Amino acid sequence: MTPTFLNLAWLVPLPPLLAFFAIILFTNKNKRLSSNVAIGAILISWALAWLVAFAFFVQPEFIEHPFDVAVPWLPTGTTLFSMGVTVDAVTAGMLFMVGFVLAMIFIYSSGYMTFPGHLAAALNKDGLDPRYSRFFAYISLFATGMLGLVVANNLLMLFIFWEIMGLCSYLLIGFWYEKKYPDPKQITPKEAGLKAFLTTRVGDVLLMMGLIFLFIQAGDLNFQYIFAAETLHHLAEASVTLPLFGEVSWAVLISVLIFFGAIGKSAQFPLHVWLPDAMEGPTPVSALIHAATMVSAGVYLIVRMLPLFAADHHGENGAMTFVAFIGAFTAIFAATIALAQNDIKKVLAYSTISQLGYMFAALGIGAWVAAIFHLLTHAFFKALLFLGSGSVIHGVEHGHHHAHAHGHGHDDHDGHGHGAYFDPQNMLNMGGLLKRMPRTGWTFILGAASLSGFPLLTAGFWSKDEILADAFVNGHTLVFWTLAAAALLTAFYTFRAVFLTFFGQPRTEAAAHAPESVSAMTLPLMLLAIFAVAGGWVGIPSIFPGLGGLLNNPFGSLMKGQAEHYGLHAEEVFSSFALGVSLVVALGGIFLAWLVYGRRPLQTGQQDPVARLLGPVYTILQRKYYFDELYAATIVRFTKWLSQISFRFDDQWLIDPIVDGVGRFGRWLSGALRRFVDEPIIDGAVNGAGLVASAAGSALRLLQTGQAQNYLLVLLLTVLVLLGLAQFV
Amino acid sequence: MVIPLSWYLILAAALFSIGFFGVLARRNAVAVLMGVELMLNAVNINLLAFWRAIHPAELTGQIFAIFVLTVAAAEAAVGLALIISIYRSRRTIQVDALDLMKG
Repeated sequence: MTPTFLNLAWLVPLPPLLAFFAIILFTNKNKRLSSNVAIGAILISWALAWLVAFAFFVQPEFIEHPFDVAVPWLPTGTTLFSMGVTVDAVTAGMLFMVGFVLAMIFIYSSGYMTFPGHLAAALNKDGLDPRYSRFFAYISLFATGMLGLVVANNLLMLFIFWEIMGLCSYLLIGFWYEKKYPDPKQITPKEAGLKAFLTTRVGDVLLMMGLIFLFIQAGDLNFQYIFAAETLHHLAEASVTLPLFGEVSWAVLISVLIFFGAIGKSAQFPLHVWLPDAMEGPTPVSALIHAATMVSAGVYLIVRMLPLFAADHHGENGAMTFVAFIGAFTAIFAATIALAQNDIKKVLAYSTISQLGYMFAALGIGAWVAAIFHLLTHAFFKALLFLGSGSVIHGVEHGHHHAHAHGHGHDDHDGHGHGAYFDPQNMLNMGGLLKRMPRTGWTFILGAASLSGFPLLTAGFWSKDEILADAFVNGHTLVFWTLAAAALLTAFYTFRAVFLTFFGQPRTEAAAHAPESVSAMTLPLMLLAIFAVAGGWVGIPSIFPGLGGLLNNPFGSLMKGQAEHYGLHAEEVFSSFALGVSLVVALGGIFLAWLVYGRRPLQTGQQDPVARLLGPVYTILQRKYYFDELYAATIVRFTKWLSQISFRFDDQWLIDPIVDGVGRFGRWLSGALRRFVDEPIIDGAVNGAGLVASAAGSALRLLQTGQAQNYLLVLLLTVLVLLGLAQFV
Repeated sequence: MVIPLSWYLILAAALFSIGFFGVLARRNAVAVLMGVELMLNAVNINLLAFWRAIHPAELTGQIFAIFVLTVAAAEAAVGLALIISIYRSRRTIQVDALDLMKG
């Protein structure tokens, strides 16, 4: 093996893990030190990740022979699990993105979590969140999970890191677990954490089943081993008969099971319900876990496993169709819900679900390169948008605090000390913030333009256009039109958010007094904005008229090589019709948003014009198609009923009575034994021995007179008797 | 005339029985001790009588008798010492009062 920086890959996840232990074991008393430890660790990881990524970019020979080292780990009978790292083009691309985004969000967090308006944080003298150190410990552990997942060379390790992220997600969503809302129906952080954990568990169980089947069928979970042509061939040929579905190949069955894991993690329909509620967590968490990294881990998993998905019938199979269907449906479904949300983070959450659906749809139609491209660009601009929204919320809470601290002469730290609860995340409470928060505002607008696919400049345009072109050229007409409609809606709701938040006049006192955030928060925003725009330029198709020849699509050619190595098709495509549609939906969406919200800015208390237009449909959208209610009425209720039954079964009907019966029989049996065996026989024998000894002793002690002359007399008599015997017998 | 052996033996038996009676029946510890002396000397008479009658050429009987006398002297000394010691602690030498070993 040639000496290369790729050998450092196994080190990438380690610094945050060490930081995690350092913080929880040693430095948790010192909040500033804890955050510095975490940030220092993540900067090291960032440097290592980029070193590995660029080492790969300049050594294209690794595309043919992906870097793969492992050490033996768990011997299990005849097989051996090994623990190792692999680096191929996908890993390199992910390391590039994840390392950078993690570092940005860590730095941002150190500013965000100092906010004195959160909860009772202002009561702390240092003005930091009461659990500031713990927050950094959690996100460090999360960073370990994400980086480990990216470099893992087998599915078992990937699954372990996947679950570590799930745990961190739960812990961080419920980070402000004591927070309560005046409206009892509004979900609290504690409940949201549980909901996220339990919902993703559904997918994870199916994923684990898929992994077990794969292990049984293939004999190993190492990626390079699974993707070898003969393994894939075997999986595609061996078939299994399922009830309802008939005969399917193992490849398809395992693929679908694995995809369920991704559905849970990436919040796709029908397991999408947890992600919007996950916004109860601190905003850096939303940006980190629920936009840029963890939810895209689901996409990453499918990107990784796509050779398996495509193994049967060269990709024209049920598994691929299923992925495409779920992706496209989720893309449009979540986009419609996002239209009617007033919470800025909820809009972004539904947008994330929708964009992840985009990626799955791309994977389902075989547009592997385009899916990875969109995954990477989306991470940059969605992290930017979430951090921007955090900055806005931060500013509005500050403004609220400021306005009321002066107006009423006392401090209002928790946001609901004035009768009416003030929601700092509601866009109807904002407006005109661009003037108050220019850096946040402009970076947010750049991110929004990228998300909307603003033509030619932004990263979002290039990646989205590539997916649309791929769908169109390869004849997936239904997917193409669904995604195009979703793109139109995306542009509309994104700029709705922009206009409501940043333009017009402030609709509340809080918005009028909102200050710009500290530089620890705005600096990551600006750095991310650069990538949100320029990140797409590396993937401009080389056959794109005019611009294509400028950079020659380095990303595309790298990924194309990797795709061919894994036996996936990766034709570079271009279609002027698809481009035209892409331009129309992006610009059209933005124009419509301007028409409705930009031209005549919303006034205080005014109804949303779209709500007037759509009427009852708007209510359905606002209530998210009543999915939460549906699940509460069916699955949650069924589960509660089942656990009630199980409880009865256990406690009252069968198990406990059996256990009690065994206990009662045991007591009866021992009572009987005591009365009939132990007391009369054993005790009698023991006491009898004692009595005999005692009686014999009492009789014999009469002989012991203590008088020597008596003894002597006995002696004399004995001698006489003996002599007599000797004489006469 | 020669006194026959049986006379000596009868004398010794009588002396032994008188001594033994003294040991068993006397209540005074010193008298008990004296009884013991009588018994020892009865044995001495036996030893000498047998020697004279059976092996007059050898000195075994006389040596034995001298041994017995020596041991008897030692015994009397130890016995008297014990009696004095008992008297000092208990103010009596009545044998039937000395029943510390009574069960």
